[in-house]
Amino acid sequence: MSQGQRGVIIAGAAETNELGKLPGISTLGLHIEGALNAVADAGLTLRDIDGIATVSAPGPVQVAHALGITPDWIDGTGVGGTSFLLHVRHAAAAIRAGYARTILITHGESGRSRVGAARMAPAPSSPAGQFESPYGTLGPTTTFTIPALRYMKEYGLTHEQLAYVAVAQRRWAAKNPRAAFRDPITVDDVLASRMVAYPFHLLECCLVTDGGGALIVTSAERAGEFPHPAVHVLGTGESSETPMISQMVDFTQSQAFRLAGRAAFTEAGITTSDVGHLMVYDAFAHVPIYGLEALGFVAKGEGGPFIADGNTEPGGALPLNTNGGGLSYTHTGMYGMFAIQEGVRQIRGEAAAQVAGPQISVVVGNGGMFATAGVLVLGRQPR
Amino acid sequence: MSAPAGSQPAAAQPAAAQPAPGKPVPVPTPETQPFWDGCAAGELRLQRCTDCSMPYFYPRPVCPACGSTRVEWFTASGRASLHSYVINHRPARGFENDAPYAIAVVQLAEGPRMMTNLTGVPNTPDDLVLDMPLRVVFEQRGDMSLPVFTPAEPVVAPAEESR
Repeated sequence: MSQGQRGVIIAGAAETNELGKLPGISTLGLHIEGALNAVADAGLTLRDIDGIATVSAPGPVQVAHALGITPDWIDGTGVGGTSFLLHVRHAAAAIRAGYARTILITHGESGRSRVGAARMAPAPSSPAGQFESPYGTLGPTTTFTIPALRYMKEYGLTHEQLAYVAVAQRRWAAKNPRAAFRDPITVDDVLASRMVAYPFHLLECCLVTDGGGALIVTSAERAGEFPHPAVHVLGTGESSETPMISQMVDFTQSQAFRLAGRAAFTEAGITTSDVGHLMVYDAFAHVPIYGLEALGFVAKGEGGPFIADGNTEPGGALPLNTNGGGLSYTHTGMYGMFAIQEGVRQIRGEAAAQVAGPQISVVVGNGGMFATAGVLVLGRQPR
Repeated sequence: MSAPAGSQPAAAQPAAAQPAPGKPVPVPTPETQPFWDGCAAGELRLQRCTDCSMPYFYPRPVCPACGSTRVEWFTASGRASLHSYVINHRPARGFENDAPYAIAVVQLAEGPRMMTNLTGVPNTPDDLVLDMPLRVVFEQRGDMSLPVFTPAEPVVAPAEESR
């Protein structure tokens, strides 16, 4: 942040008590549980909350009302799984502007059990309904995955390297008791798993789970008032590219990742060498490769070999997706909240697979199918 | 994975003529109606900016390159190349008899890309080679005609036949 602007922190962060298959709790119920846990984590009460942000279903009005909050500031930005990163960015601006003092950001999604969940199919008169759905798309497995073959041809990424992304992340998940999948896997295991949408096998696709989480964002002036170490929001970025995967500008790179990353790094005044911990939204195995390249951690085409060489797994130089990621930890549908939660835990020093004292954690969020992006630079110290 | 029977473009014609119950049918809006009218007439119609000449898809009333609203419709060549795809093993509603089937994005000769299905060719990784030449054909879908793509004859073939 530039001089004269007040710093902003994440003062509270928590997930729902359980993740996985939770048929006994609705989407709204998951929002409520996450919110209550985050408020308690910050040592606050619901009466302290004066701002609310969440995605459009169930929406900030419903969540605020259910919790008895009367907000002075509302953000219903719903642009897919990265929305919660954008909420943090918008909350930081609102706090600096004095529009709110203590903002609650919630996520809850009955992605697997579909209890009280919204329908996701596009209307047949929408652009996607006219120009994609008629060709037999069935959600992200059939759309988010389409650019990968082009990338493989252009840059020589092999099926084995793509599979290794899942292997590397499973090594982190093995250290995390809350991860859904913890048993070690090999490249052969990945390639032998059921074909979902060639070239993607089941183990290269994210989980589908129920769960939620929430954050409390406030001014850095209050950093000493909370039970846990403050996590400073040093830089943020957001961008959008395309509502339909077929209209992605370049199938081998995410423009939205690149632009959001550049904004966040510029605001924070950091370069990739300052980053000690990285989360890249991993709905599918190719997405971390796109993320590493878009933010400049590796050159174009080097993301696959970088991961396959062990650089991102336990003991590697750049710890990536240390909770196990969407591939092994959890993925409710809008995973961004869980990527932020792990960044917060790593900066606080309380992660299950804790990295040695990272000063800076970067979280890269994806929305839709390379549709939108949010990036957060989180730090142990104010800038 | 099993491949659809027959690799000749003609093999897809009987299937394409069948109604496809349960498959999604696009619903035009005023802005997209000319595109679908074109499909019904057996033409792939795109838009083009009359200020900067940029051809574009999907249909909308403003040029995405320069912001001009002076745009016009034109009939594209129907030629394309295979840009990328997946082969989906978990069929969407109405596609139960087609799985595994390719969901592809093609690069039109005029520049824009569009999603489509591939007919007249087995939908297998060996048969679907990126950058292979394609041409548009139209599949009846309810009351609508849907652009899909099929392998195009090699460019040299007509010249050889003419000798």
